[in-house]
Amino acid sequence: MLAVTPPEALAPAIGRLAVEGLSVAYRGVPVLNDVSWEAPVTGLTAIVGPNGAGKSTLIKAILGLVPSTGRVTIGGRSVDAMRDATAYVPQRATVDWDFPATALDVVLQGMVREPGWFRGYGRARRERALALLDRVGLADLAGRQIGQMSGGQQQRVFLARGLARDAAILFLDEPLAGVDAASERIILDVFDDLDRDGRLVVCVHHDLGTVSERFADVLVLNKTVIAAGPVQVAFTPQNLARAYGVPLTV
Amino acid sequence: MDAVLAQLFAVVTFQAGFNTTVVMLGAAALGCAAGAAGTFAMLRRRALVSDAVAHGTLPGIAAAFLVAALLGRSPREAGWLMAGAGIAALVSLLAIEWLGRRPRVGHDTATAVVLAAGFGLGLALMSVVQTLAIGRQAGLESLLFGSAAGMLPGEAQMMAGLALLVLVVIALLLKEFSAVAFDPDFAATVGLPVARLDALVALVCAVVVVAALPIAGFVLAIALVVIPPAAARFWSDRAGTVVAVAAAVGAVSAFTGAALSAVLKDTPTGPAIVLVAALLFTLSLTFGRARGLLRKST
Repeated sequence: MLAVTPPEALAPAIGRLAVEGLSVAYRGVPVLNDVSWEAPVTGLTAIVGPNGAGKSTLIKAILGLVPSTGRVTIGGRSVDAMRDATAYVPQRATVDWDFPATALDVVLQGMVREPGWFRGYGRARRERALALLDRVGLADLAGRQIGQMSGGQQQRVFLARGLARDAAILFLDEPLAGVDAASERIILDVFDDLDRDGRLVVCVHHDLGTVSERFADVLVLNKTVIAAGPVQVAFTPQNLARAYGVPLTV
Repeated sequence: MDAVLAQLFAVVTFQAGFNTTVVMLGAAALGCAAGAAGTFAMLRRRALVSDAVAHGTLPGIAAAFLVAALLGRSPREAGWLMAGAGIAALVSLLAIEWLGRRPRVGHDTATAVVLAAGFGLGLALMSVVQTLAIGRQAGLESLLFGSAAGMLPGEAQMMAGLALLVLVVIALLLKEFSAVAFDPDFAATVGLPVARLDALVALVCAVVVVAALPIAGFVLAIALVVIPPAAARFWSDRAGTVVAVAAAVGAVSAFTGAALSAVLKDTPTGPAIVLVAALLFTLSLTFGRARGLLRKST
């Protein structure tokens, strides 16, 4: 049995994530309009907003996965130059789980650039990937084909792959959507660890009822920024009503 | 029957003459490369690109034949037809990539358009070739339907060389190709050059298809890229192993098919190879350890 994973080194100071005047349009239809947002330096941040508000698109635009106008910087430098400070945990439905890979293979993909071109992963990285699977409670399933896992387990494999990046900023797209209670518990535990390490977690979140207990900061989004800041300040019924278009109580 | 078996035995044990041996080893190397390269095309769901490229070689072959005839040269001598096929394959590939990036077209539509347009142009040019009545259309039939017997040792060596190159590229980029095939978005955020790696997989498949033309023919060359990976998928749930099994299936198919067509009179090589591959596919579908029909449920 593997030993409990020691907490990884504290995140290095890399400076703030800043979005300035970011706009995205799909086929001429605006999805995000002039989004400006200065993220907290560390801690857990939720992105909330109605369907079609552009929450996932914002993460993808920040990471350069969709074309956008505007500026995104981390500590004043472009995201492209700061790739290794970022980790992306996409929605589960974005990949084909029939792919011939085990849980371990997928976690290793988080380290794909570490050995350099033309090299295998090597023993040390395999051990590290196993430790990360252990951290998300999947040490026993390391050799299992990923399609043979439950949705919650698949989500935890994705999280472990993100952790393998050892990044200062993690972007997660609905990591708690449709997962079982055990998976949710483990994912939230990992969030707490990341928080304690001094990392920044930016998480698209759909469950308004749990925002204030789980996150310190919030970005309320509906195509543009409705409100942003500490949960006590920004996560108000007024702001949510403006974002969702209907009165909401929280 | 006994005579045929004895002959087959002689062929597969390399006692059928230098030329046949070179051709069969070249075929095996090529099948190996095709299986390995095709695996990533399959996993990225881009297997049809190779088919479009294969069909796209037809106008190149026909045009090269016409140019050679106009210049009074034999198309066979200087590898005119292969050069024409190679250039046309590259043009098809670029057309697919360019069209596929246009909004509102999409990669699959671009592939289908290039396949149809290339094949149409090829058929039109071929009808011109046929009206020319240039003696024997030497070399042309073998590129269309494949013929190990008609292959020159030089061609076989070139085929083996290309196969080796492809295998080296894949062995060196196995982890990058796997990461891009599984989750291109994540791979991009990690900083992998996804578009270039995709293009490299497509290019490697195109090289294989063009190299396979003389032995498998332009319609069936695609089978070497598509069938071995599909068969291999039944045997393993790990990408690296699937690549290795696909390479083995491709090598055995090409080798055995070439041997059969060397022994059985009037059996063109392309169909012989594809039939062996199809047989291996059926066996894999049935008995495959990872996903075969008879797999014990766990």
